[in-house]
Amino acid sequence: MKKIVILGAGTAGTMAANHLTRLMDLDEWQITIVDEDPIHYYQAGYIFVPFGKANPNRLMKQKKNYLPSKVRALQQKVELIQPENNKVILADKTILDYDFLVIATGCDIYPEETPGLAEHEWGKSIHSFYTLKTAVALEEKMRNFQGGRIVVNVVENPIKCPVAPMEFLMLADSYFTQKGIRDRVELIYATPNSGAFTKPVASKLIGDMLDRKNINVEADFYIDRADPDAKKIISYDERELEYDLLVSVPLNKGSDVIGKSGLGDDLNYVAVNKSTFLSDNFDNIFVLGDAANAPTSKAGAVAHYATEMFVENFKHYIEGKPLEEKFDGHTNCFIESGYGKGVLLDFNYEQEPLPGRFPVPGIGPFALLQESRLNHIGKLSFEWMYWNILMHGRKVPLAPTMSMAGKWTDWEKRFNIA
Amino acid sequence: MATKVLAGVTVEVNEEGFLVNPADWTKEIAAELAKEEGIAELTEAHWKVIDFSRQSAGTSGAAPTLRGITSGSGVSTKELFSLFPKGPAKKVAKIAGLGKPEGCV
Repeated sequence: MKKIVILGAGTAGTMAANHLTRLMDLDEWQITIVDEDPIHYYQAGYIFVPFGKANPNRLMKQKKNYLPSKVRALQQKVELIQPENNKVILADKTILDYDFLVIATGCDIYPEETPGLAEHEWGKSIHSFYTLKTAVALEEKMRNFQGGRIVVNVVENPIKCPVAPMEFLMLADSYFTQKGIRDRVELIYATPNSGAFTKPVASKLIGDMLDRKNINVEADFYIDRADPDAKKIISYDERELEYDLLVSVPLNKGSDVIGKSGLGDDLNYVAVNKSTFLSDNFDNIFVLGDAANAPTSKAGAVAHYATEMFVENFKHYIEGKPLEEKFDGHTNCFIESGYGKGVLLDFNYEQEPLPGRFPVPGIGPFALLQESRLNHIGKLSFEWMYWNILMHGRKVPLAPTMSMAGKWTDWEKRFNIA
Repeated sequence: MATKVLAGVTVEVNEEGFLVNPADWTKEIAAELAKEEGIAELTEAHWKVIDFSRQSAGTSGAAPTLRGITSGSGVSTKELFSLFPKGPAKKVAKIAGLGKPEGCV
């Protein structure tokens, strides 16, 4: 028997397990998947939790219900990967040999890496929403908030779902308006980027949206430390920002086991070829989803397209054929913009987001880079699609590579912008 | 793609003024790009960072991240911000003739 070992049973790992089970001859291949956490979280739903718009219980499912019965599933912590020996060592000392390894261990937040964040004010005046637990704690804080300054701060890029901090602010604008206290709430976005968005067209169109919603951007803000007693954050160039509520997006890093096994960069991400997800250093290791250092968004939507591409490639690869399918960095994401509306972005490594219609050119039904109610509904219905289609390894009728059809390169003319 | 005359040489630049071809880069061009970024004179400390970044980029031309620069060159984050105020990773990449650091929407 030849052996495939998958580490991590989140979005990418679960999808890979389902697709590979269908693809491989299971009389010849044994597939094992390892994860220490029995719960599969729908992370894209976290953004709604602080606003009381998602039931936390609904965002949790049993991982085993989404794994094929023919896959050997082990609930164990991974202790060490030995890529030179093709072995994985688990916490209970089990040793797994593999012919091919798929790393899908994701990334997580590390608030303790920034002084002052995860100390005595954590959970009081300093919150986050990047885990279900923190999102639930923030819901109570938001419910009781009577006014003051809310600062949303991204510690360092890359982060999971780069648009989530802006979604939080736009939802907060709508939330406090509906509560009738928007005039008593100041909303600030402190980002290490040079603006809310850095790609020119999105920056122009969505940057204006933040202005209209009276959300102020503090650009080039690279946090050095928080002062939890004085309730302020201080940047490396000594700019100070006071807050009443700090919503932090802490440093994101890959799994510790990646670092410990010598497979990671400074942030424990594994170096891969950004078109094929094959490890730069080992020709029998593929890295899917957030665990890889590919310069794309760390998001389930990317993991989805990338995993479909990987599976097609893998079939050829084990026969000794070249990796022909190339991932182009295709991402699409719904951005909640408040008041029951949303914006859809569709882009890849080379092509920045543009306005237009998706997926059918000229028709949609979704509007690219513009606010619409249907985009919001699209975001909500994605949850159903995630559990019932993607996580069972079924394909959605959308091409994994990006298409320019339906994108308006002449958007300035259409919008009457000279 | 736009072109621009820097230190007497015509080079290709993108819409944000980054060199398109890292091979076009010279020390004289670096000094002019630094002026565009509000740095009047490149000191030895600046050069330590620039040289490290060019070396780290190697043939790929990919600019190092801020964390990559601090851990690789031994220059502290604080110092980097005083040498290249505001966005050091982006400024270093531009002055060193490398592409904009990847991964931003």
